[in-house]
Amino acid sequence: MTELCDLTFAEARKALAAKEFSAVELNKAYLEAMEAARGLNAYVLETPEIALERAAESDARIARGEAGALEGLPLGVKDLYCTEGVRTTACSKILGDFTPPYESHVTSLMRSAGAVMLGKLNNDEFAMGSSNETSAFGTPVNPWRRKGSDAKLVAGGSSGGSSAAVAARICLGATATDTGGSIRQPAAFTGTVGVKPTYGRCSRWGIVAFASSLDQAGPIARDVRDAAILMGSMAGYDKRDSTSVDTPVPDYEAAVGRSVKGLRIGVPKEYRVDGMPAEIEKLWSQGAEQLKAAGAEIVEVSLPHTKYALPAYYIVAPAEASSNLARYDGVRYGARVAGRDITEMYENTRAAGFGSEVRRRIMIGAYVLSAGYYDAYYVRAQKVRTLIKQDFETVFAAGVDAILTPATPSAAFGVGEMANASPVEMYLNDVFTVTVNMAGLPGVSVPAGLSAEGLPLALQLIGRPFDEETLFATAAVIEDANGRFTADRWW
Amino acid sequence: MNAPSKIPASSKLIAGATGDWEIVIGLEIHAQVTSEAKLFSGSSTGFGASPNSHVSLVDAAMPGMLPVLNHECVRQAIRTGLGVKAQINLTSTFDRKNYFYPDLPQGYQISQYKSPIVGEGVVIVDMGEGEQISVGIERIHLEQDAGKSIHDQDPRLSFVDLNRSGVALMEIVSKPDMRSSDEAKAYVTKLRTILRYIGSCDGDMDKGNLRADVNVSVRKPGAPFGTRCEIKNVNSIRFIGQAIETEARRQIEILEDGGAIDQETRLFDPVKGETRAMRSKEEAHDYRYFPDPDLLPLVVEQSEVDELAAGLPELPDDKKARFIRDYGVTPYDAMVLTLERESADFFEQVAKRGDPKTAANWVINELFGRLNKDGTPITESPVSAAQLGGLVKLVADGTISGKIAKDLFEILWTEGGDPRELVESRGLKQVTDTGAIEKVVDEVIAANPDKVEQAKAKPTLAGWFVGQVMKASGGKANPQAVNDILKRKLGI
Amino acid sequence: MSVDENTVRRVARLARIAVADDEVSKLKGELDAILAFVEELSELDVEGVPPMTSVIPATARLRDDVVNDGEDAEKVLMNAPAREADFYVVPKVVE
Ligand SMILES: [Mg+2]
Ligand SMILES: [Zn+2]
Repeated sequence: MTELCDLTFAEARKALAAKEFSAVELNKAYLEAMEAARGLNAYVLETPEIALERAAESDARIARGEAGALEGLPLGVKDLYCTEGVRTTACSKILGDFTPPYESHVTSLMRSAGAVMLGKLNNDEFAMGSSNETSAFGTPVNPWRRKGSDAKLVAGGSSGGSSAAVAARICLGATATDTGGSIRQPAAFTGTVGVKPTYGRCSRWGIVAFASSLDQAGPIARDVRDAAILMGSMAGYDKRDSTSVDTPVPDYEAAVGRSVKGLRIGVPKEYRVDGMPAEIEKLWSQGAEQLKAAGAEIVEVSLPHTKYALPAYYIVAPAEASSNLARYDGVRYGARVAGRDITEMYENTRAAGFGSEVRRRIMIGAYVLSAGYYDAYYVRAQKVRTLIKQDFETVFAAGVDAILTPATPSAAFGVGEMANASPVEMYLNDVFTVTVNMAGLPGVSVPAGLSAEGLPLALQLIGRPFDEETLFATAAVIEDANGRFTADRWW
Repeated sequence: MNAPSKIPASSKLIAGATGDWEIVIGLEIHAQVTSEAKLFSGSSTGFGASPNSHVSLVDAAMPGMLPVLNHECVRQAIRTGLGVKAQINLTSTFDRKNYFYPDLPQGYQISQYKSPIVGEGVVIVDMGEGEQISVGIERIHLEQDAGKSIHDQDPRLSFVDLNRSGVALMEIVSKPDMRSSDEAKAYVTKLRTILRYIGSCDGDMDKGNLRADVNVSVRKPGAPFGTRCEIKNVNSIRFIGQAIETEARRQIEILEDGGAIDQETRLFDPVKGETRAMRSKEEAHDYRYFPDPDLLPLVVEQSEVDELAAGLPELPDDKKARFIRDYGVTPYDAMVLTLERESADFFEQVAKRGDPKTAANWVINELFGRLNKDGTPITESPVSAAQLGGLVKLVADGTISGKIAKDLFEILWTEGGDPRELVESRGLKQVTDTGAIEKVVDEVIAANPDKVEQAKAKPTLAGWFVGQVMKASGGKANPQAVNDILKRKLGI
Repeated sequence: MSVDENTVRRVARLARIAVADDEVSKLKGELDAILAFVEELSELDVEGVPPMTSVIPATARLRDDVVNDGEDAEKVLMNAPAREADFYVVPKVVE
């Protein structure tokens, strides 16, 4: 049945409509593939009963001619999304067996479009990480391996379960979230396509918060068209999220294949960072050539505050996180560790429940907000954010339609390889992606080649606010020029 | 902010061993906003529900839940601001105040710390005998209430009920403009009146819908401000007064013993009649305020403020001035009549039907007295404004005497009915027919020849005759006519 | 900017995270490294730059004053680690 799992969204949708196979058959194939791939540790919870039940409902709707946009398609859900009646943990011990009596807005939309949930996907604890090694459930394994090596590689983070599962074809597509690069970096590490939409495009309601002003939901899929289809069902206004934007959802799929002729693509000089590997440099200029060949105009642009984005991010994100994670106190849900009094109960619960990276970020956040430091750190970082956003506004105002950059400074690294690195070295993984979150812009990561070691490398396209369509159009050009990248099955 | 204003009247000073002390008081009033739903969620604000029933996923701070602002709470805050003649800030923001407490599910309170919706205003407070003080309003901001912890159910456990969690509060912060417990009590009373007029808070202190944090310091008159202590959550006007007195005396005692005041948060224990430091004080508070990233800045249009201003009811100060001007009632009576909007409306209904001054007298003395005694609110008065107005009219036009009027009031209170018809059917009408009165006078004189002699010698005894005549007439004789006829017949 | 061990303890206390004595110096090192990293921002002149309040140009959304939520205590209590009837239960809080 593996052939079924090789179909893309678009292909599977067509076959289901033509009744070449049923949604139940398609989902069964995926459930089998998931079982065979347990060694990858992509799923933290498999929900086969739910999958088969919903698949059967999909078949009934298809038979009645009432199929939705995602009808019967087997998807994985990052464990940061609350799923009604299904354990949701953000891959943290502190949530214990928390079972939400509610469904996130985004997964509700997908469900009403007919999507089937196969299970919950691994992620860094509370989405804090760039390799998925902070998960309480262990690290998911990248389906890709270096040429001639069987060393296990990370699938990126924080949405490492999503990227690993999509790349391993144990789900057709997956939901993910991106606070500083958590969709685009794992997509880049696994040869998949990841979309971080404009802030406010997808509702945050029902998604465990990390840093509220930066968090955004988005898809990881096998190719650009699939990502566009999935994105179309995840996006939408939600009156329950005050930061959700009430603007119509365009037909993203229609943008795939749209001509890029005449588009002005900016290449920011500040992204040419010291020590950038030659192969990344080459990938980048090659991508620019490919867009040029398709009729786009390539212009050098300047985003002068780029180098301040990551330090500012490591103030703003922990500050918001320290407050967002205060609710995990062992009172209303989640795990509790006893103490002699209420304060000790809080301290014990949170010391045992949070992993070391989460504890570290909460403490940094509490520190930069504390009396005497607030202006020097938090306010300054938010001012820098204004400058970063203005950089982009200036470039877009000059007529640039999208910006092309590398997605990551390197290919996937080995599990445990960064164990002795300082937290800061790990943070540098997000150097190209984090500016996009700081400015609230849309960004897409699209595979563009393989490294000398045979690992996927990706480019990033950054767009104007709410202009995801241009990103799908330009990403499709890169994708068409370089082909798709699939990991050999070894598991 | 250190304005050693005018030296207050000595009656407001406290005598200490080292001389007089002046108390400086500022109040932070937490007033529950009148609304159906909570500030950031759609659950009910209703009082007295079973535990954790008026709680939404947002109020319980479930993962991924987000706040959305209730428009009506914003409007109520604006109305209140207009009611205290304050600046309305068209742009305001919400911040998070971070601290851990079991009845604070989010681990932070959403509050308008940096940019409140209402800025500076003023409340004019009557202190009696023509004295008025004006108390500055520093700001009014919107914030969430916390839930409730119950500590007396179990020796080792506290029980948490989140029904109040997320209910909208207005924190009304005064300037340190009060100088005695009486001023503070009068200010709270006046503020409560304004809130109730506007309908933005019901002012029900028994339900905790209006509570005060009282900032108290003492100083030698004219000296710079002393170190203040904040007494948290005082929930009755009487206790506010007691807490201030107690705390001021405690501070004076410390200072006169050569000690210094620690700036701290204290609690008032009305049973022991003392304030004590809260235990959590050793924990240096560091609330780590920052703008709530889940909420965008609140922007209000001037047109909406104008519309709310146009829809405001007549405020107590304006109403009071009008009563004095249009009805000729005394400032004191006008103040009493305008304390509650319902009472003022009632008075106006009565005054419309009869003489306003008589009406004021009857409403304040007879009606309020009786309602207070029975604990009945004016809205449930057994005697309607129309009835009392009818009575006042009968008194004013001389149809009944004051004494009969009191009997008539009693009948209206217990049995009801139309005043004029009752006067007719029960024969309560005042007798002004001099012939009829003369007849009674003659009878009384004939029956008391000895008293007649005494009265001729000592004219003040005529009063005794008046009483006898009134008694014989069943109180219906016109007292003036009786007096005139008696004097003539007795030749005095 | 670097922190001392007392600051580490104070911040851990603010964040309600128990920190064992032997963790303090390691945490101090990590916090110092992160603070050194973000120190780069201090070289920027941000005078007169407004701090970002919202990454999207929008203002507060307002909700009608309608009761349409709550009234299901079980829903909010079902995940509680400890409860007594319809109350959440915590170690006694003394004030
Ligand atoms: Mg206060
Ligand atoms: Zn307050």
